[in-house]
Parts: sequence; structure tokens; C-alpha cells
Amino acid sequence: MSFLSNFISGLSLGSIYALIALGYTMVYGIAKMLNFAHGDVIMVGAFTVIVVVNSLGLPGVVGILASVLICVLMGVTIERIAYKPLRSSPPLSVLITAIGVSYFLQSLALLIFGSTQKSFPKVFTVAPVHLGELTIKGESIETLAVTTVIMVGLTLFINKTKMGKAMRAVSEDREAAELMGISVNRTITVTFAIGSALAAVAGLFFGATYGFIGPYSGAMPGIKAFVAAVFGGIGSIPGAMLGGILLGIIENLAKAYISTELSDAIVFGVLVLVLLVKPTGLLGKKINEKV
Amino acid sequence: MLKVENINVYYGQIHAIKDVSFEVKPGEIVSLIGANGAGKSTILKTISGLLRSKTGHITFKGEDISKTEAYKLVPKGLAHVPEGRRIFLQMTVKENLEMGAYTKGEDMEKDIESVYSHFPRLKERQNQIAGTLSGGEQQMLAMGRAMMSHPDLLILDEPSMGLAPILVQGIFDIIKEFHKMGTTILLVEQNAEMALSIADRAYVLESGRIVLTGTGAELKASDAIKKAYLGGA
Repeated sequence: MSFLSNFISGLSLGSIYALIALGYTMVYGIAKMLNFAHGDVIMVGAFTVIVVVNSLGLPGVVGILASVLICVLMGVTIERIAYKPLRSSPPLSVLITAIGVSYFLQSLALLIFGSTQKSFPKVFTVAPVHLGELTIKGESIETLAVTTVIMVGLTLFINKTKMGKAMRAVSEDREAAELMGISVNRTITVTFAIGSALAAVAGLFFGATYGFIGPYSGAMPGIKAFVAAVFGGIGSIPGAMLGGILLGIIENLAKAYISTELSDAIVFGVLVLVLLVKPTGLLGKKINEKV
Repeated sequence: MLKVENINVYYGQIHAIKDVSFEVKPGEIVSLIGANGAGKSTILKTISGLLRSKTGHITFKGEDISKTEAYKLVPKGLAHVPEGRRIFLQMTVKENLEMGAYTKGEDMEKDIESVYSHFPRLKERQNQIAGTLSGGEQQMLAMGRAMMSHPDLLILDEPSMGLAPILVQGIFDIIKEFHKMGTTILLVEQNAEMALSIADRAYVLESGRIVLTGTGAELKASDAIKKAYLGGA
């Protein structure tokens, strides 16, 4: 494969990471917690598509819609049951709860689907594009197209809509937002809903790219996306997009030119380097000290 | 308008507010004065639902709001400008004002223009990030933001904090303007001189207790107040 086609598959993988990283970063920015169960939402989303399309024989579109719906419901329910009661607890309690939720989802999937990976259905097929020597895979094209639309849409939502502005207000100063009449709880619910919907979409592309899904399939992309969010500056939405895309490109180029086995080590090594030089991440802002 | 009866507020083991009762009648300007740490801000946070009292009642326009969540009080007509202004530093001036009207929705542009008419400086800077404003401008923005919801009762926590004397005068002139427009005002200040000059009535707070009450003029003339808060005999 040429450099360019490696680069494009990296871009496509990176936009999947970016979708997941957006969920991490938004939840961190608004609810001030690290939702380590976020990666497993991807797995649940992908399994939903498998059940709806492979087992029930329904069309791919139904599978996608069902996956988004189930992930949103699940994300909001997890927040309500597991995290909301801990709203004023120390951050460590919330973090440990999130890890518990992650194990719970993995074990639940193991119980229902068993440990063998299931093959992911071809939900939609886009023909590969040939440009001279260069071949771009259909999955890459659809991933890039859809994630671009989602990222533009999300940026507009956050910057232009009333709810989006309220989310920024809550993220900056929860108490002051409450004094404006903004319901912090409702804002957090909406954040979890959006993050989970993005994870469902990421699950779809992840399944389409790798072809197989098992109970632990969400763990690694989840951790990579977390790295991407920190890399870009946790809490920053453009940071999550940039961090995700860069991470995907670095990972793919490392696989192609250095070593497949070492690619993850290289990815995490880059994170360590960036944090040494810029501890707030690429686009992270310094926390404003209150005067 | 507002009736606070017998509230006791704790921070963990610390008994911050002890059996405090007071009242703000419609159309009044009422000041709470007292030294740093006397519990002034704690009382205001309890009224607006950010803290809870263990005992007693808080009644706003005849309705018991002791257990009402903070965000539900804005549509009922209560706005609170917190200590340290707490504007959204990373949002623009205009977006900050929009947040003030979060529960209202209609006539936003008209309300924004009306805030600009009180604070022309904010209009010049409407698309600037609020974090770039000076202290005085930030206070104007915090007050303008609160007025966006057309409150019946405006609660102001230390509006003069950290401002140069000339700006303090400007802020108090604006408080008078808001009052003339029919807004009832509950004001907390360390600047006792200013707070008493503007107030119809005032309460003096010491270590979480109300120790003195009277009209603004009475308190300003009282020897104890002169000694403790007005810097001299």
C-alpha cells in the first residue's frame, strides 16, 4: 500500500476514535467525570446491529436506528442509575463506579453472546474508489463522510443552539448556570445521550472496518479514544476531533512502516511526549482560577 | 416579597448560619452587611437554592421555596448575581446575556438592547469573549445578565468587590436605576457605607447571627456600626 492509502485508512480509523473521544470529552467537560464505560457502549451498539440484521433479518437501516436508540437509552440509564447518585461524591468514587459499569456491560455481553466473536453484517456497501494507483476502501469513504457531517453538526449545535450554549455554560460554571435557570441534571442527561449516540455510530464503523465483534471489542477503542481526548485536551471538542484523527493516522502509519506489534506502544508513547511538553493537551485550556 | 424564617445552615460540622430571620418587602432595597465570613453569601446561596437550611422556611411571593431547586427559581422571578460575578468567561458578552434569558425565550433581542441601554460599554464589546473584560465591565455583565430574566427580586452579592471607587459609584447608580424600574433588591456588601446609604432597611450580621436591624439612616448613625464597619468613631 502506498503512503497515501495508509494515510487515508488512518484518517478513517482516526475519525472513529474522534467520534468516541467526543463522548469522553463532552461528558468530562459537562459532568466532570471520566466515563470509562463509554468504550463498551460501542460494543453494545455493534451487537445491536448484529442482532437486528443477522438474527432478526431486518434491513441495515433498522439496525443502525435500533443501535443508536438502544445506546442512547442505555447511556442515559447508566447516568441516572450509576452516576447521578454520586454527583457530589469524590471523583474517585465516580471513576471506580464507571470501571464497574464497564465490567458489568462486558460480562452481560459475555453472558448473552458468549466469548466467540460474531461477524458484523455488511450494512451498506460503498464501492472502493480508484484514483490511478490509489485505492480508497468503501468503508473509509463512508466513515469519513459521515463523521465529517457529524462533527460539523455537533460544532454548530454547541456554538449556535440554546441547548449547546447551556452545555458550555454548565461546563464552565455549574453553579452559575443553575442560577441562570439551566437544569444541570437535564444538561448532563442530554450530554450522555449525545455521547452514546456518537458511540453507536462509532460502533457501526468499527464493526464494518474490522468485521468481527466480541464482548471486549469496545475496550481498546475506548482506551484509545480516551487517549485521543487527553491528547487533544480533555474537555475540548475540537481537541477530541483533532486528537482522534491524529491518533488514527499515527497508529496506521506506525503499523505500516514500523511494526504492527509496536503500533499501540507508539501511540501511547506519543501521548506521553505530548503531555510532557503540553500537559493540557494540544487544544486544552488552562483552568481559569477564580479571582 | 421574600421572607426568611429561622434558617440554620451548616457546612459539614460548621454551623454557619444561626437562627436567621428577615424580610424583604416589595419595592424595598434591603442590605445585609457584616464582616468577611459573617455568613452573608451563605444566606444568599440558601435563598437561591444552592445550599439548604436544616430548619425554618424561605417564602418567596407567598410560596415556600425552601426545597425548590435553584434552576426553578429564575422563572418564578428571582435572580441572583453571585459573589465574584461568575460570568461565563469563555463565552461572548452577548452569549452571557442570552444565558440570563435561558428560561424566557421570547423578546430576547429587545431585552438585550435594554441591557445595552443601561450599559453601553457592553454593546461595544458584545462579540468579545467575556474573559477579556475589565472587572467593572464584568460586574456590569453579571448584573445585565441577571436583569435579562426580568426578576421581581434581584439578589446582589458584593457588587462592588474589587472595583475602583469611581466604578463602585457607577454600580450603585445602576442598582438605583433597576430599583426605579420596580425591581426589589436584596444587597450584600462589605462596603457598609454605600450599602447603608442606598438601603431602605438593613440587617447587620455577625458570626452567622443577625445582631442589629434598622433603617439605612439609623444604622449609619449608630455608634456601634460606625466603629465596626465605617472606619472610625
